[in-house]
Parts: sequence; C-alpha cells; structure tokens
Amino acid sequence: MKKNLIQDSGFFILFLCMLTTLIFLGLIIYFISVRGLKVISWEFLTQGPRMGMTQGGIAPAILGTVYLTLGAVLFALPLGLACAIYLCEYSPKGFTVNLIKMGINNLAGVPSVVFGLFGLAVFVKFFGFGVSILSGSLTLGIVILPLIISASQEALLAVPQSIREASLSLGATKWATIKNIVLPTALPGILTGIILSIGRAAGETAPILFTAAAFYTRGYPRSIFSEVMALPYHIYALMTEGTHPDQQTAIAYGSSLILLFLVLLISAAAIFIRQRQKNIHG
Amino acid sequence: MDSKVKIKAEGVNFFYARSQALKDINLDIYENQVTAIIGPSGCGKSTFIRLLNRMNELLPHTNITGRISLDGRDIFEDSVDAVQIRKRVGMVFQKPNPFPKSIFENISYGIKVNGIKDKTFIEEKVEASLKKAALWQEVRDRLSDSALKLSGGQQQRLCIARCLAVESEVILFDEPCASLDPISTAKIEELITELKKDYTIVIVTHNMQQAARVSDYTAFFLMGELIEFGRTQDIFTAPKDKRTEDYITGRFG
Ligand SMILES: Nc1ncnc2c1ncn2[C@@H]1O[C@H](COP(=O)(O)OP(=O)(O)O)[C@@H](O)[C@H]1O
Ligand SMILES: [Mg+2]
Repeated sequence: MKKNLIQDSGFFILFLCMLTTLIFLGLIIYFISVRGLKVISWEFLTQGPRMGMTQGGIAPAILGTVYLTLGAVLFALPLGLACAIYLCEYSPKGFTVNLIKMGINNLAGVPSVVFGLFGLAVFVKFFGFGVSILSGSLTLGIVILPLIISASQEALLAVPQSIREASLSLGATKWATIKNIVLPTALPGILTGIILSIGRAAGETAPILFTAAAFYTRGYPRSIFSEVMALPYHIYALMTEGTHPDQQTAIAYGSSLILLFLVLLISAAAIFIRQRQKNIHG
Repeated sequence: MDSKVKIKAEGVNFFYARSQALKDINLDIYENQVTAIIGPSGCGKSTFIRLLNRMNELLPHTNITGRISLDGRDIFEDSVDAVQIRKRVGMVFQKPNPFPKSIFENISYGIKVNGIKDKTFIEEKVEASLKKAALWQEVRDRLSDSALKLSGGQQQRLCIARCLAVESEVILFDEPCASLDPISTAKIEELITELKKDYTIVIVTHNMQQAARVSDYTAFFLMGELIEFGRTQDIFTAPKDKRTEDYITGRFG
C-alpha cells in the first residue's frame, strides 16, 4: 500500500517533468507563431528585403541557410562517417584510439564562436576563400563533425557482432562486410546524427558570423564564393541594428518561425527516411 | 575403413589474453563424415571450431601455436588468405544470426560477395539452397519479406541455406539447436545427415543423444584438452577414459 504510494508519486513527478518540458516546447512554438505569423506571406517567402529591411521578405536568407547547412553536411558527413568507421572497425583498440575519441568529444564542447574565429583564420584568410558559402559551410561542417562522428560510432557499435561474423564466415572481406551489412544496419542511427546536426548547423550564428554571413545582399548568391544572408544572422541583425525596431522585430519573429519550420521539416524528412529503412530492415 | 582426412589439427594450443583455452589438441576430421564435439560448457569446443575457419583471429590478444591443415595445407600459413578459408569452411552459429535483410538477400549475399552477378544463376542457387535446407516450402511465397520475421527454427535453417549457397566443403555447426524447439531440432538433425553426402561436418553439441544420433565420430573435450576421440559408436558404448564415461552417463558436466 505504502510502496505503491511512493511509486505512484514517483511516476507523478516524472510525469510533471515531462509536462514542463512539453509546456516549454509548446510555449516556444506558440509565441514565435503568434508574433511571426503576422508577417508571413507569399511575398515574405519569395522576395528579398526592402527599405532597409523594414519590408519585403527573407528569401535570400532562407536560401543562404539551406546552402550553408547542405554544404556543412556534405563536408562533414563523408569525413565524419569515414572517421567513425575507422575508429570502430579498423583502428586497434587501445590508448591512442581512446585519446582520439576524447579529442573528438572535446571538440564537441568547444564554443561555436571559437570555431567562427578558426574559420576566419583558416578558410577565409589562409585558404583565401573569403567570406563565402564555402568558408561558412566548412566552418559549420567542423562544428557538426563531432556530432556526426559520435552518432555514427554509436550506430556502428550497435550493430551486433553476430551478423558481422555471419558475413565474414561466408567469405566476405572485412570491407564487403562493412559496406553491405554494417553500414545498412547502422543507417537509421547515422541518420539520427544527421538530423541532429542539420538542426545544429541551420541554427548556428557564431560560426558563420565572420565566415559567410552578410547583413544584406542584393539578389541571390551566384557561386560558392559569394557571401550570403542566413536566417540566424538575419534575425540577430534585425534585433540589434537598424532604425525601425518595431517593424524589424516583427520580421525577426517571422524569420524565426521560418527557421523553426525549416529545421522541423528537414527532421521530419529524415525521420521518414529512417522509419522506412527500419521497416525494410525489420 | 577410414575415409580421407579433411582437417588435421596437430599440437594446437590456443590462448586468450589471460588464459589458455586449448591444450595440445590433435584431431583428425574425416571427409564426408559428421564429427561431433562434446564436453561441458567452457571446455573449448567453440574456441576449437572457430579456429577451423579462422574466426578467432578477429579477437585481439589471442595466440595460437601448432598446426591446422585443410586438405594437407596449413591454414595459418602467411600466404593463405582467411577469406579463402572461410569460403571453403562455412559456419552455422549457436544463435540464428540472419542479416536484417530479406530472405532472398540473406541467401544471395554469400554468392554475390564471391563475385557472381548472373541473376538467373543466383535465383536458381537461392532456390536450391532453400530446398536443401528444407525451408523452400515455407518461404517460397515471401522471399522478399524480412528474414527477421521468421521463427527461430526457420531462421536457423535460413542460416544453413545461406551457408550452403556458398558451396563450401566443410560446415561447422556450433550448437545449432541450442535455442530451438524439438521439432526444429529434429529437422536440422535430419538435414545434417543429408548434407553429409556433400560436406564434411563438424558439430558442437551439448546434447548427448544428438551426438549419438547424427555423428560418425565423436571428440570429447574437457578443460581445453581432447580427452578421447573415436567412432561415435565406440565412444558411447565403450569409452576408454573414465572421464568420458562419467560425462556420457551424466555423472558430471
Ligand atoms: N573471447 C574470449 N575471450 C577470453 N576468453 C574466452 C573468450 N571466449 C571464450 N573464452 C574462454 O575460453 C574457454 C572456452 O570457451 P568456449 O570455447 O566458448 O567453450 P565452449 O564452447 O566449450 O562452451 C572458457 O573458459 C571461456 O571463458
Ligand atoms: Mg560454445
């Protein structure tokens, strides 16, 4: 009787915690929507800003964020996945590998503005890519690299040893086993890492501050060496600069809503793919 | 009259990082015969058969001395590729371990990784292997379903079919019925007897009756040592070693 009471109140507290989290999530969506929906229109989504960013739309910033995020994933995914495969499947287990893993985990803890400065020094200046989509993508790529590596590692480690052995026992080489059995089985987990990193890359401001983002561009970027507008920086700029705070705040909320929506959309797509993979692979 | 020796183990010692698992094993495995390996758990049965297809070398910090030869050739020679050995010496594991793929893909996998692309050939081979493993009737209409949807017994027969598709010469069974019901077990025993015509078979088993039913030769392992080896009939009716007798009659183990 008494035991049940303790257990029930325990569950109740857990439930309250979960509810609080949900409430915060709901509040975020609610407030951003209420304040942002007013400015959303077809024009807002398809046109560039006008009149010193007090009117018009945010199309270049949306496109810029998509480019930067895509670029970051394109750069970090192959690199991170290869790194995870090496660490999980090939490297001899031991001190060195633990050191590398520790390094990667620490990389994840580095503040993103530090990556921004690194990107400025290396990609913008040293390689001479300038303030551009390329520099920004590479910098963002480094920011999400640890996420991709650790998610991929976890996914690879979760593949049961028994099916690796099954593959090897059939005369498959190690590489064939990784390519045909291990990677497909780990794919849902790897996709989860990509989802997380897309959300991260799309929302980061500091890494692109000095490497890619422009306060305003006329028209759309023409090549990977163009500087771009990007949603998070656009929001930041709207809130801190300019002369018409009221109009700018409204646009900032509208932009936030779009950014939120964009990230949710990409996540949903990735979850959809993951689910399909799961169904196919049992 | 003994048939040809397919696999020969001579003075084999095997060490895990901290312990010696096999001590001076000398054992002949005859072609087209079923050799059963029995013994209490932890005596080194799995360790031994995993040497025969060079599976143990995947583990770090292990060491082997002595010689194991397949058709007279040392399988641990530098010039011998473990992948080639595994093509010739297939393995069915204790726990069914189908790939998380379709039934068809499970069987065709081994054919494909060995470089064969001919679609009709693969299809015929898949069907033939499933038939040989007595699974065809049950799965012919759902070859594209996930293999994980099959029952445990079906999964194990699938793993056997998968192994057969590769056309190896030897098949190692490591307690293949340990997780199966009696009916599935009977089916697999029948299968093993059938496969003897084309394959050399080594089966590890906990089950004394099973060893007596399916095998021609029996090896009794105890604490990493081979205690007795001989014709199954002789081992079960007139064991020479006291320890073998005790084990067979269930006095320990
Ligand atoms: N991967 C391993 N690392 C270290 N020791 C092992 C490993 N696998 C098995 N052993 C040890 O080797 C001995 C033999 O094990 P095993 O061959 O699995 O026995 P069996 O198959 O006869 O039950 C046991 O003492 C076991 O603890
Ligand atoms: Mg065993």
